[in-house]
Amino acid sequence: MLSPLEVEIVLLSLRVGFWAVLVGLPIAIAAAWLLARTSFPGKAVVDGVLHLPLVVPPVIVGYTLLVLLGRQGVIGAFLDNVFGISFAFNWKGAAVASGVMAFPLMVRAIRLSIEAIDRRIETAARTLGASPLRVFATITLPLALPGILSGTVLAFARSLGEFGATITFVSNIPGETRTLPLAVFSLMQVPGTEAAILRLVLISIAIALAALVVSEYLSRRVAARIRGTPS
Amino acid sequence: MIRVAIQKKLGAFTLDVSFDSGAGVTALYGVSGAGKTSIVNAIAGLMRPDAGRIELDGVTVFDSTTRIFLPPERRGIGYVFQEDRLFPHLSVRRNLTYGRRRPGENLPQPSFDSVVDLLGLAPLLERLPHRLSGGEKQRVAIGRAVLSRPRLLLMDEPLANLDTARRGEILPFLERLCRDLSLPIVYVSHAIEEITRLADTLIVLDRGTVVAAGPVPAITARLDLSPLIDRGDAGTVLVGTIESHDTRYHLTTVAFDGGRLVVPAVGGPVGAALRLRIQARDVAIATSVPTGISTLNCLPGVISELGTGRQAHRDVQVNVGVPILARLTQRSISELGLEPGRQVTVLIKSVAVEITDRSPD
Repeated sequence: MLSPLEVEIVLLSLRVGFWAVLVGLPIAIAAAWLLARTSFPGKAVVDGVLHLPLVVPPVIVGYTLLVLLGRQGVIGAFLDNVFGISFAFNWKGAAVASGVMAFPLMVRAIRLSIEAIDRRIETAARTLGASPLRVFATITLPLALPGILSGTVLAFARSLGEFGATITFVSNIPGETRTLPLAVFSLMQVPGTEAAILRLVLISIAIALAALVVSEYLSRRVAARIRGTPS
Repeated sequence: MIRVAIQKKLGAFTLDVSFDSGAGVTALYGVSGAGKTSIVNAIAGLMRPDAGRIELDGVTVFDSTTRIFLPPERRGIGYVFQEDRLFPHLSVRRNLTYGRRRPGENLPQPSFDSVVDLLGLAPLLERLPHRLSGGEKQRVAIGRAVLSRPRLLLMDEPLANLDTARRGEILPFLERLCRDLSLPIVYVSHAIEEITRLADTLIVLDRGTVVAAGPVPAITARLDLSPLIDRGDAGTVLVGTIESHDTRYHLTTVAFDGGRLVVPAVGGPVGAALRLRIQARDVAIATSVPTGISTLNCLPGVISELGTGRQAHRDVQVNVGVPILARLTQRSISELGLEPGRQVTVLIKSVAVEITDRSPD
């Protein structure tokens, strides 16, 4: 069915997307909660900065990451020297680029679902002896689950499609940073690869559709449990 | 024991109240905007007063001078809100047990089974809240608050959002709850009939201040509170004990501070406490002791106060040992020459006496 090269590309893409979402999710939930439930000076600025990856050109995001996290970058040099962690030109860097680009999508979806929760229910939990942390874990988080699920899938799909920031930050290295879109781009540079490109395009579409179907199914089940709409 | 003395400015409205309340049910009564909900929110820790002090069983939970403000989860309070506020993603059982983990305090507490039994929740335990009726939801909310092992239970118009039928369905549960649990309750309401059925102590609020406080019978009989208490349903609450049963005519004689009343048969042993309510419009007054009359209850008394009123009727307060209200037409009052100090006989039809089976403490 799939050639070994195609399998490698797909697995790499899934790994990049998986880690981008997994690491981004807790941060996105925290950010969404802060934006939905608290007010602090400079909130509008924070809100704006979080949304920047949605509006600035991906190349700019990739370049910024290169400056910050590259081997000579301010943070990158520190991480490399102290912890031996490097994001330069490897799949971890690709995951960072994808995660940063997908982050605003996750925050938006989760924030909306937190804002939709009736705060009076959280207050009731407080009067029943629950600390704010327990309220968050037992009330806010489960009730925000539909938004968390859809935000996660959206971000995962966005990660699989990430191109500009990735190629700018970690380049296009076969087996390391060459995810699906980068592989398509590479093949387009070579004449006579239309069939190979078509196969990758179809694989892309299949993965994206599968993710959407799964998320839709999960959201419906969760929503049905909470709101009582028939599942 | 709860002591409240707080001030709070809310826009143009100023709340400035001070009261104590002990065991049993204390009702906070007043029209909308009198400050009732603000007070219970302050007690629960959901609203921070500008100044003052709140003490619960000797524990200071709020003090503006020493800057004490315990968060709601550390006050040991159960709160039943106007809306049920159930957790939509948890089953009835898990809603009920949500507050059970309250740590630290070693308070006597009702068991899960006894509360489920008391509120009739057994068939609902595995359901999710969206599959409950409004009345069932509110019963679960009450059970959830009771099971959180509170020192004090706050109830903010728990029946306000229910229709009359649902209200009738829940009131008996509330009565049993108030009777069976040795849990102090602060009950907010603007429905005098709920208060006369449930409460022992009544605190009347008007525009953010306490205008009257005392035992329910004494406060409901006061004419000067007429403009505040819903007089469409004016009446007197009497507390008495069963003296004897008349099985032949299905009657019960009840002794109270003003003498004896014969009422339709009530279950319960001799000596059991009873609460009676007599609507003012069911009470007549005679200037001499009548004969040849069907009314079984003729109590001698002295007119203590005449209410004011520009309508056809006025309320008259007669002291028969305790105050009783009678609603008479202006015409009768003037034709009989009724005025304070006049000796009269109060006539109460037995069948008009309402009995609530709740025995006050």
